[in-house]
Amino acid sequence: MTMQTPVRRDPDERGYFGPFGGKYVPETLVEPIEELQRAYYAIRDDVTFQSELARLLKHYVGRPTPLYEAGRLSAASGGARIFLKREDLTHTGAHKINNALGQALLARRMGKKRIVAETGAGQHGVATATACALLGLECHVYMGVDDMARQALNVVRMRMLGAEVIGVDAGSRTLKDAINEAMRDWVTNVTTTYYLLGSALGPHPYPLMVREFQSVIGREARAQIIEQAGRLPEAVVACVGGGSNAIGIFDAFVNDTGVRLIGVEAGGEEIIKGRHAARFAGGSMGVLQGTRTFVLQDDNGNIELTHSVSAGLDYAAIGPEHAFLRHIGRAEYAYATDADAIAAFKTLARLEGILPALESSHAIAHAQQLGKTLGPGAVILVNLSGRGDKDVHTMEQYVETR
Amino acid sequence: MSRLAETFAALRKEGRPGLVTYVTAGDPDLTRSAEIVKALARAGADVLEVGVPFSDPLADGPVIQRATERALAAGGSLRATLDLVQSVRREIATPIVIFTYANPIVRMGLDAFARRAAEVGVDGVLALDLPVEEADDFRDAITRAGLDTIFLLSPTTTDARIRKAAELGRGFLYGISRLGVTGARDTVATGAKEMVARIRAITDMPLALGFGISRPEHVAEVGTYADAAVVGSALVALIAEAGQSPDLIRRVEDYVGSLRAACVPTKA
Repeated sequence: MTMQTPVRRDPDERGYFGPFGGKYVPETLVEPIEELQRAYYAIRDDVTFQSELARLLKHYVGRPTPLYEAGRLSAASGGARIFLKREDLTHTGAHKINNALGQALLARRMGKKRIVAETGAGQHGVATATACALLGLECHVYMGVDDMARQALNVVRMRMLGAEVIGVDAGSRTLKDAINEAMRDWVTNVTTTYYLLGSALGPHPYPLMVREFQSVIGREARAQIIEQAGRLPEAVVACVGGGSNAIGIFDAFVNDTGVRLIGVEAGGEEIIKGRHAARFAGGSMGVLQGTRTFVLQDDNGNIELTHSVSAGLDYAAIGPEHAFLRHIGRAEYAYATDADAIAAFKTLARLEGILPALESSHAIAHAQQLGKTLGPGAVILVNLSGRGDKDVHTMEQYVETR
Repeated sequence: MSRLAETFAALRKEGRPGLVTYVTAGDPDLTRSAEIVKALARAGADVLEVGVPFSDPLADGPVIQRATERALAAGGSLRATLDLVQSVRREIATPIVIFTYANPIVRMGLDAFARRAAEVGVDGVLALDLPVEEADDFRDAITRAGLDTIFLLSPTTTDARIRKAAELGRGFLYGISRLGVTGARDTVATGAKEMVARIRAITDMPLALGFGISRPEHVAEVGTYADAAVVGSALVALIAEAGQSPDLIRRVEDYVGSLRAACVPTKA
C-alpha cells in the first residue's frame, strides 16, 4: 500500500479533500452555507459549546460507549481478536445521535427553530427527532417510502418523539430521494430552517462537520483498544453508506499509518447495475447533492438505482473524504453482500447475544473474513454502529422466505 | 456580439420586455418536444431555455420533476437534448440556452459538451448547481467554445456575489424571484422588484426574472422592471396536460402567444 504522510486533516478553504468535495449547490443555498460555515467554525473551538455537547454526550447519550472483545465471534472467525465499539448502546441505538446533538445545538445557537432532515434506515431521523425534542425545536424528517416500509419501527419512534415524517415517493424511494426533498424544503424555507444532514456528505462544511461530531467514536476507541489489547489494531473496520460512522472511527487512526482502515460498502445482491451500492466497485467521479465524489451513474450522468438489504447503506454516492482517503491510499474499501450481512447478523446474535443493525452487519461480515486471513494474534477493531431492533422484521421475513 | 447579447440589445432598443420560455427536452417524447420548441419560437419567445432531464433535479418543484421523469422514460438525456437542438436549429434562429444540472455535463466532459453544444447551435449554458465559486472550469470550457455562461442570482445572493456573476457571466443574468424550487404561483413574488433594483445598482447586464411566473399579467408586471420574464413550470404543466392530445402544439402556441402579447413597450 502506498502511503503519503502527513495526511491533511481538513479540507481546503473551498471545502475540497484533494479533488473531492466542494459546494455544488443551487444559488439560493450559497449564502446560507457560508453562514453555516461561519457558525460552525465559530463553535469548533468554543469552550462553552463543546462543554455543553460533552455534557450531553456523557449524561444523555451514555458516552463513552464500551469497547467489547467478542471472544466467541473471534474464535469462530479464525482466532483474530475482534473488538466491537458499541455505538449500538448509545441512547437511540446508533452513532447518529453524536452528530444530531452537535448540529441541533448549532442550529439553536444560529437561532433556527425549524429543523429538516433526511433519513435512510431511520436512525438519523430518530436521533434528530430526539435532539429536537430535547432542545425544543420543530422537526420534519423526509424518508423514502420504501425505507418507511422496511424500517417501520423507526417511523413510529420519530412520530412519538414529535417529529413529522414525510414520505418521499420519487426516484428510488430511498435515502437519495429523501435528501433531494430535504434540500427542496431547505431552499424554500432557508431563512427559518436548519438542514441537519446525517452523513459525511453534501456540500462543505457538512462532510467536515459531521466527521468532527463523529470523531468522538475513534478517540474513545483508540484509547480503549490500547488499554485492552495493549496496542493498536491491525485494522479498523466500518460499514460505509454516506460514511459517517466510518469516518468517525477512522479519524483518530489516520496518522497511525500501520493501522489498516477498511470501509465496507453494500454489495447488495451482486455487483451488477442497480443491484448494489458499492460505489468503489462500480462508480465513477460525479457531482451529486452538493459534492464531487464517487457516484453510481450511467453514461448520461443520471444516477443509477441502488439496492441493499440495509436502508442505511442504500445510497449512490460516498462521502468525499472517503474518496480522498482511498485516492491517497490511506483507506481501502471492500464490500459485503446482502447474504454476507444477513449471515453475520445471525452469527453475532447467536454467538454474542447482540443483534446488530443490518448496516453494521456488513462490517461484522468483513471482519470475520479478515480474521480468517490474519489469524490468531491479530487485533481487529469493528465499529458496531447501531443496534438491530429496527431490522428484526426484515430478518424475520428473510427467514420465512428461505 | 453573441446572439443572446444581440437579442437583449434589440429588446432594449425596442423598449419592450422579452419572453424566455423553459421546456424539458424529451417531454412528452423527443419528436413532440422538438415540435414544441419550434412552436415556442413561432409564438414569439425571445429566448428558449431547453432543460436537460436529470435523475435528481433537486432545485425543481413537482411539475418539472415529473416532466423530467417523462423525458427520461422517453429516452431523454444530455446527448438527446443536444441532438434536439441540432434538429430545430435548421428551422429557427431564436437563441437557445441549455439549462442543466452539473452531473450530466461533468460526466460527458466539459470540453466535449461545450464543443458539441457550439456545433449544434446552442448559444448559452446555465448549470443550476455550479455557482460562480465552482464554475471556473465550466466557464472556461463554455467560453472556449464561444458560448455564453449564464449565472443565477437569488434573493440570498450578496452584492459582492452579484458583482462576481456580472463579471463572469455573459449574455444575461437569470434572477430567481423567490426562495424555493421552480413552480407556478398566483402572484409575482413580493420583493422581486426590490431584488431587481439591487442588481441594477450593481450591473446593467440584461436580467431575466423567473420562478413563479405563469400569466400574461405577471409577464407584464415583471416587464416593467426586468429585461425579460421566464415562464417554465406553467408551460410544462400545459405540456403535461395536453401531451397526448392532437392540439398540443396549437395550445402551446396559443398560451405562449398570450404571454408574448403582454410584452409591450413599457416606456414612452
